[in-house]
Amino acid sequence: MSAEPRLVEVRKNVLKQNDVIARALRERFRQAGVLAVSFVSSPGSGKTAFLEKTLTLLHPRSRVAALVGDLATESDAARLARSQAPVKQIITGTVCHLEAAMVQNALDGWDLNDLDFLFIENVGNLVCPSSYDLGEDLRFVLLSVTEGEDKPLKYPTIFNSADVAIITKSDLAAAVEFDEAAARRNVQAVRPGMEVFKLSAKTGEGIAEYLEFLEHRRMRSSPPASARR
Amino acid sequence: MHELSIAMSIVEMAQEEAESRGTVQVQAVHLRLGRLSGVVKEALLSSYEMACHATPLEGSRLLIEEIPVEVFCPKCEGPRLVTSIQWFCCPECGTPTPTVLRGKELEVVALDLKALETAE
Repeated sequence: MSAEPRLVEVRKNVLKQNDVIARALRERFRQAGVLAVSFVSSPGSGKTAFLEKTLTLLHPRSRVAALVGDLATESDAARLARSQAPVKQIITGTVCHLEAAMVQNALDGWDLNDLDFLFIENVGNLVCPSSYDLGEDLRFVLLSVTEGEDKPLKYPTIFNSADVAIITKSDLAAAVEFDEAAARRNVQAVRPGMEVFKLSAKTGEGIAEYLEFLEHRRMRSSPPASARR
Repeated sequence: MHELSIAMSIVEMAQEEAESRGTVQVQAVHLRLGRLSGVVKEALLSSYEMACHATPLEGSRLLIEEIPVEVFCPKCEGPRLVTSIQWFCCPECGTPTPTVLRGKELEVVALDLKALETAE
């Protein structure tokens, strides 16, 4: 038998398994008329406060639910439960990001037809989540004013993979001398045309425009009644 | 740091492919890695060694071809390579563009296989 090495072609996406599940999730969301939105950011940028505000304000008029990824604790889910919306924690253990299969498993027992919005809070990390499609319709990347204007330039991959940038903690902008124009310029450098919202979950500044955007996107993404099964 | 789990997927994928091709040993895995894949080459290379440990791929090499980021320039109406992933603009006319054509790859493209001597 010949012992000569030979080259064989394979051509397979390493994350194929994740992508297949993500595609199936996206289709399920579409069929059910749910707008699925994921949040990514560094730890401490205000994701949970922002999500709590979003759930609390949307809950009376829309059917909302959330999945929250965390390495070890369940405290976020307890905090978010105050909004009255259904919330499930995904404990990732040592895994630094959410994967599509984790979202799929967490949705077990929930009927997507009962929802208008599903929010997915990723683990606080601006590196690893960028590689994994979760089947979401929109990915929001959060940037708090206390982190500095150059975050988009330091983490261009995650900013490029996102659809919308949210500048959080705007109530602290003056105290930390946040240069909003520079932050917006940096966002546009790594993702030209990206929509940017600046808001404060604490004071409510900028929240109305952001909620309007969400409602508008959901109307656009829901299939006509005749297309629903 | 998600490179280790990605390296383990690569090893698993290569092993499955090799097994479907008879009694062979994987000598090298050829990988295409985009600059926008979110995976760091150096971290992946050291993770690969760990992922191969105590598997049939132990001692094999990971050969990485880095893929630059190519965008579509709406003004020049053609593909252009960006000079920096911090600046998504056409390098020739300066027009900003979000349309990425290449650079997100994370793909096993080929394997170097060696037939194992079988006992007669």
